[in-house]
Amino acid sequence: MNKTRQLCTFVLDGQTFGIHVDCVLEVIRSLPLTHVPLAPEAVCGLINLRGQIVTAIDLRRRLELGPPKEGKTARMNIIIRTSEGPLCFPIDEVGDVVDVEERLFEPVPETMTGTARKLIDSVCKLPGTLLLVLKGDFAELAGI
Amino acid sequence: MNELLNEFLVESYENLDQYEGSLIELEKDPTSKKLVSAIFRTLHTVKGTCGFLGLSRLEAIAHAGENLLSLVRDGVVSFNQAIASALLATGDAVRAILAQLEKNETEGDVDYSDLVALLVSLQSPATKGAANVEESAKPTKAVPAEPKAATVESKAAPAKAPAKTEPAAKAPALSAIPATPTHDPKPESKVVKAPVAAPAPVAAPLETPAAKAQPSAPTVKSPEGDSPSGSKASDSTVRVNVELLDRLMNLVGELVLTRNQIVQLTGSLESVPMQAACHRLNHITTELQDRMMKTRVQPIDALWSKLPRTVRDLAQLCGKQIRLETEGAETELDRTVIEAIKDPMTHLLRNSVDHGVESPEERKAAGKNPEGRILLRAFHAAGLVTIEIIDDGGGIKVDRVKARALERNLITPEKAATMSQQEVVNLIFQAGFSTAEKVSNISGRGVGMDVVKTQIEKIGGMVDMSTEVGKSTTCRIKIPLTLAIIPVVIVGCRGDRFAIPQTNLLEVIRLDKNLMVETVHETPVVRLRGNLLPIVFLDSVLAIKTGEREETQHLVVLQAGDRHFGLVVDTIHEAEEIVVKPLGRALTAVSCFAGATILGDGHVALILDIFGLGSRASMFQSTRAANALEGEVKAQGVGTGVPLNELLVFHVGGIRAAMPLEMVSRLEEFSGDQIEVAAGRQVIQYGGSIMPLISLSRALGFEESKSIDGRVQTIVYARNGRAVGLVIDGVEEIVRGNIEVQPAGRRSGVLGSAVIGKQITELIDAQDLVRTHASDLFE
Repeated sequence: MNKTRQLCTFVLDGQTFGIHVDCVLEVIRSLPLTHVPLAPEAVCGLINLRGQIVTAIDLRRRLELGPPKEGKTARMNIIIRTSEGPLCFPIDEVGDVVDVEERLFEPVPETMTGTARKLIDSVCKLPGTLLLVLKGDFAELAGI
Repeated sequence: MNELLNEFLVESYENLDQYEGSLIELEKDPTSKKLVSAIFRTLHTVKGTCGFLGLSRLEAIAHAGENLLSLVRDGVVSFNQAIASALLATGDAVRAILAQLEKNETEGDVDYSDLVALLVSLQSPATKGAANVEESAKPTKAVPAEPKAATVESKAAPAKAPAKTEPAAKAPALSAIPATPTHDPKPESKVVKAPVAAPAPVAAPLETPAAKAQPSAPTVKSPEGDSPSGSKASDSTVRVNVELLDRLMNLVGELVLTRNQIVQLTGSLESVPMQAACHRLNHITTELQDRMMKTRVQPIDALWSKLPRTVRDLAQLCGKQIRLETEGAETELDRTVIEAIKDPMTHLLRNSVDHGVESPEERKAAGKNPEGRILLRAFHAAGLVTIEIIDDGGGIKVDRVKARALERNLITPEKAATMSQQEVVNLIFQAGFSTAEKVSNISGRGVGMDVVKTQIEKIGGMVDMSTEVGKSTTCRIKIPLTLAIIPVVIVGCRGDRFAIPQTNLLEVIRLDKNLMVETVHETPVVRLRGNLLPIVFLDSVLAIKTGEREETQHLVVLQAGDRHFGLVVDTIHEAEEIVVKPLGRALTAVSCFAGATILGDGHVALILDIFGLGSRASMFQSTRAANALEGEVKAQGVGTGVPLNELLVFHVGGIRAAMPLEMVSRLEEFSGDQIEVAAGRQVIQYGGSIMPLISLSRALGFEESKSIDGRVQTIVYARNGRAVGLVIDGVEEIVRGNIEVQPAGRRSGVLGSAVIGKQITELIDAQDLVRTHASDLFE
């Protein structure tokens, strides 16, 4: 039997991303965000996750996706576990958890540039779509 | 990590702390058998477990130490400083290996054979001593004072002696350590057996064997004797991971928020049982929060127990004799606070040893006990913990401090002339100040005292020094009980909310046409009671561009160390006690925030770090530069013809009087029935302390004024942290301008008269008044 990996998928800016399920703590509806002045560019604010203060990272900015379309704000938050505590990503939509066979993974194309390259671990060829798999690395994700 | 190993580490660290403490104690009281036994036991435990876990390197060290100790315990070697040092070094070595173990589960490859050799060599006089005992038929000779003392003890409880027979018989088995260069324990133990076999003579012959039997007996016995109490301790306490406690604390905080929401929702309901249940929830949650806070506290002894070692080593280094005493070691503090004061506390103590206490010769010459004394004292007062470090040394030489401060341009000659002794002494906390003539590696690099001050102020504490020349120096630290919950004021700025710690907050004023922002050299300032206060706009320092500024703005006067500045914000919300939560790693680089908190409505608010904010606004480049700036600002103010004189005009006893606004801390109105009498004087409870009242009309020789509506108007005059309320009849106005004062005849409390607003007005000399009527308070 082929080895598989379980990925939690989500949609941001029309593109589907995946992250290893073991990294994901939970997916919640969007919470009020407290803006932090002078914070690094990637930080979009703080949320209150049941008494714990979690830093929210603007993945759009980290992935250089450009600003969201008018009137369209992130509706969901995905909370992931990192070596430095949890991080929160506002996302557009959450997808399914999928089992993907190892053979469907491929390294990032050589021609991909920009910060996105540091964040994306591999590409997964799903039928009909290409899934970008994120790394669960704190420093890269937080951009510090 | 291996659980067994982990447990061993935790236990050994604890044991080592005790080990060091006991050693220091033993140095003071070398005859105490109880201490020797305790030390021996610790090392023995470490050694035993090492063997079990296969840690041969650690075992070898512990073993050598134990051998030496067993000789000390048996009175064969008398305890001295060399032994103490070697044993302390043993403790250090064990600690180093433990740390290595914790890191990578190996013992490391540091060579400790020198230490082992030293420990062995220290045993050698013992070998001779022991040989003496065996050879000479007159044991009395070989018995120094100490074993006698032990024997005397044994006399006091002769009934116990037979009971010890059995354990004593076991003793040799335990103390007979294999593979040692000395073979004494064995012959010795034979000797021991003899008297034990015949327990009756224990009290009678003052012989070595008896003396020996005595100390060895408790050693073996005490573990057994301890075990009931030991098991009790482990029954009633458990080790809990700090992380788990923090998690629990978080959840309790969240429960409090949920409780608040539920209470709010049920408030509008009619259901009585629901209301009752809600009340219960309320009580339980409050209590839970309270108890939860308690789990985070530790006695300050957790920090203090490590200090005797520091003092001992330092004292030896400087050739001084110092005794460290503690009082109130059980005073409880939050774990995080203890962690935060560790460095400043150690530094202050080093200072006391190095600069405070004199050398034995100097002390003798001054007619003091050659052994100096440092007292650490802690107690709770007014919601804060006060820690005092008191030494009985030569005190701080005020003239020298003043001269040094002048030499370093820390103060101006004019200022120096008017400074009180207290103020001068506290100059040592200024950056770049060090009076040490000899720069030692202990202290005296000119960094230090100001760092201590900054560190303590960072956690919302205060530090000050007082001294009595030739007698003592006292350093007093006041710190909050906890860093986890702090009182703050919530302010709004362009729609965002921020929390300002109350410890940094002096006052809040609304900006209006009476208090306008002016600029000096493009630096915004306001005139506050005659002084210029530099100000900072919160939105510009934080670069907030979203949202709108409110029309009316507020000025929050803040204090960060010695510097004062004003912060302009939009709105002032409520004062609250908040739970401080750390910011994630991604935000640690932002120095303007001390943390974050969750407000009653569940939103996150950032806590402002006033020091960070000030330095971002380049308020604190350096004290000297800031002083220069202040001078410039003042000079400019005068140069442009802006009069800086501001007077508060009021009426009292039927006359019009005035006093300079900078003398007025506040204006307060009380109701007449709030006035109480204490120590034969009218007082009022004000801001958590007792403020004496002085009737201004009576002080000026007028009749006591009667308040019409039962309200009492007072001017609060404060100096050096003490406040006095001057009772007046009513405030009229505040006037600005250059006022020409006509000196009046000698009347106490009056500077003179002036024409203000076309009316004759008496100028009150508040300082003089207070000196006359409440001299005891402002000494």
